[in-house]
Amino acid sequence: MNTDTSSSVRRAPVSLAVYSMWRRELTRFWRQKSRLIGAVATPLVFWLVLGAGFGRSFNPTGGASDASYLEYFFPGTVVLAVLFTAIYSTISIIEDRQEGFLQGVMVAPVSRGGIVAGKMLGATTLAVVQGVVMLMLAPLIGLPLSFASFCYAIAALFGVALGLSGLGLMIAWSMDSTAGFHAIMNLLLMPMWLLSGAVFPIADAHPILKAIMYANPLTYGVSGFRAGLYHNTAAVSDDGISIIVSVVVTVLFAMFMLFGSIRMANRPNRGGRS
Amino acid sequence: MGDLSIEVSDLTKTFGDRKALDRVCFRVEHKHIAALLGPNGGGKTTLFRILATLLQPDSGSARICGFDPVTAPDRVRRTLGVVFQSPSLDKKLTAAENLRHHGHLFGMRGRSLERRIGVMLEKFNIDDRANDRVETLSGGLARRVEIAKGMLSSPSVLLLDEPSTGLDPAARLELWRQLDEVRTSDGVAVLMTTHILDEAERCDRVTILDEGKVVADDSPAALKAQVGGAVITIEANKPQEVAARAHSELNLPAEVVGQSVRIESPDGNGAALIPRLAEIFGDGVHAITLGHPTLEDVFIRRTGRNFVREVD
Repeated sequence: MNTDTSSSVRRAPVSLAVYSMWRRELTRFWRQKSRLIGAVATPLVFWLVLGAGFGRSFNPTGGASDASYLEYFFPGTVVLAVLFTAIYSTISIIEDRQEGFLQGVMVAPVSRGGIVAGKMLGATTLAVVQGVVMLMLAPLIGLPLSFASFCYAIAALFGVALGLSGLGLMIAWSMDSTAGFHAIMNLLLMPMWLLSGAVFPIADAHPILKAIMYANPLTYGVSGFRAGLYHNTAAVSDDGISIIVSVVVTVLFAMFMLFGSIRMANRPNRGGRS
Repeated sequence: MGDLSIEVSDLTKTFGDRKALDRVCFRVEHKHIAALLGPNGGGKTTLFRILATLLQPDSGSARICGFDPVTAPDRVRRTLGVVFQSPSLDKKLTAAENLRHHGHLFGMRGRSLERRIGVMLEKFNIDDRANDRVETLSGGLARRVEIAKGMLSSPSVLLLDEPSTGLDPAARLELWRQLDEVRTSDGVAVLMTTHILDEAERCDRVTILDEGKVVADDSPAALKAQVGGAVITIEANKPQEVAARAHSELNLPAEVVGQSVRIESPDGNGAALIPRLAEIFGDGVHAITLGHPTLEDVFIRRTGRNFVREVD
């Protein structure tokens, strides 16, 4: 018995660790029903309350003028659901550390990058699934979804979710408490969403805000998602961002966050604390 | 590496201006159960974390089955099973899921992993709770799952940090039965940190750490033999006075430790001294006790301080 198992311990493939961490994220999420409800209900309430409230004063100068605000705001709401799920899933690494789970992982003969990548992919999967759940509401606002636009939209959400999960992990990795994370959520992540074209069009924004919005990587994710949703293959969409630029920036941001997180986790003597 | 599972020499670690470990040396042989005994802040946990590859020493070296935790952490991780003081299980997962996840991290998979999980669940008597979430298990049961997890990858060395913390006496006995079993049937060397004297007494070897230094290192019997045949303890209101008189009138090596007076009787004639002490001090003392030396006496002898008080 001893010899047969010790031989299987010799190599610890990263893929197995990534898979195991990914699966754990899904299992945990499924068993915490409050997270499931929170991630869908909060953006939904945002959408209905803000959408109804701003609806009358909404008069965009862009080409989408015929769209109601509820419709304009819909993709932004889906992105918010993705943001909430991606971020809250990745910050659970702070709880993993506090509750002691992470220390057990850190003494396994496997690359820490694999651990982080698994966590990130788990958060991404959950976020995309939440986004898809929200997408089911599209027909309610008269947005018929073709199969193609559904697939484009999911691809865009995947890119957005991966980038945001990586960002969440990079912030959470060095934090000791979830309390500190809420400040970051309010100071960085919510403004990032507010200034991404999710809530109001770039075209209408003050020049300074406009500059910030163009510098915000999430703007390109939202733009790409919006374009995918409407199956808008026009070279340049209403916000002045071409679909190619959206895709390139979103993919680059996601890759940067993925490899950044892996690199950070692989740095020696980090995360070993308990 | 001969018969050594763990070999530590001149290990030093400083946090700021506090020396957590000061040139620590000790060894653990194959199939031995060894204890790192000491008060909190004595350096046990720092040493545990260095051996578990979670912390780097400033100088000195450690070897686990011949591998260096600093230069070959993955090799060390493959030979180690680690059981932390705070739980490292995912409470939302079941016992079996926790073991499966851990196995994956060690590169185990498929049928051989499932078989091994089955063996561990049975060995640690948790097979009937395998599919219950850890959050529903009692402290003792959860600790068993922790040890099963530590043993899953068939390590050569099992490290445990304060394994009895939070366990009731029955669960402690069970823990010992399992450690004995792991040592004899799997040939594993066990090193545990502890501040519980009874626990250390049961080990093959005890290394006492105090303020980052090794103050004693031997088998419990050998350590106690160094103290002498018997120890007389006198509880008194004015221990200083009692110690002074015992020294001047009876020429006894009396020391004050905390609120009591301690007299080592190396020739073992402690019993003969009791009536004389009672006669001299009379009502001035609350109790006079005669006992064989314990590891606490060893600690007092080496540090001049009372172990129990230090722990509290």
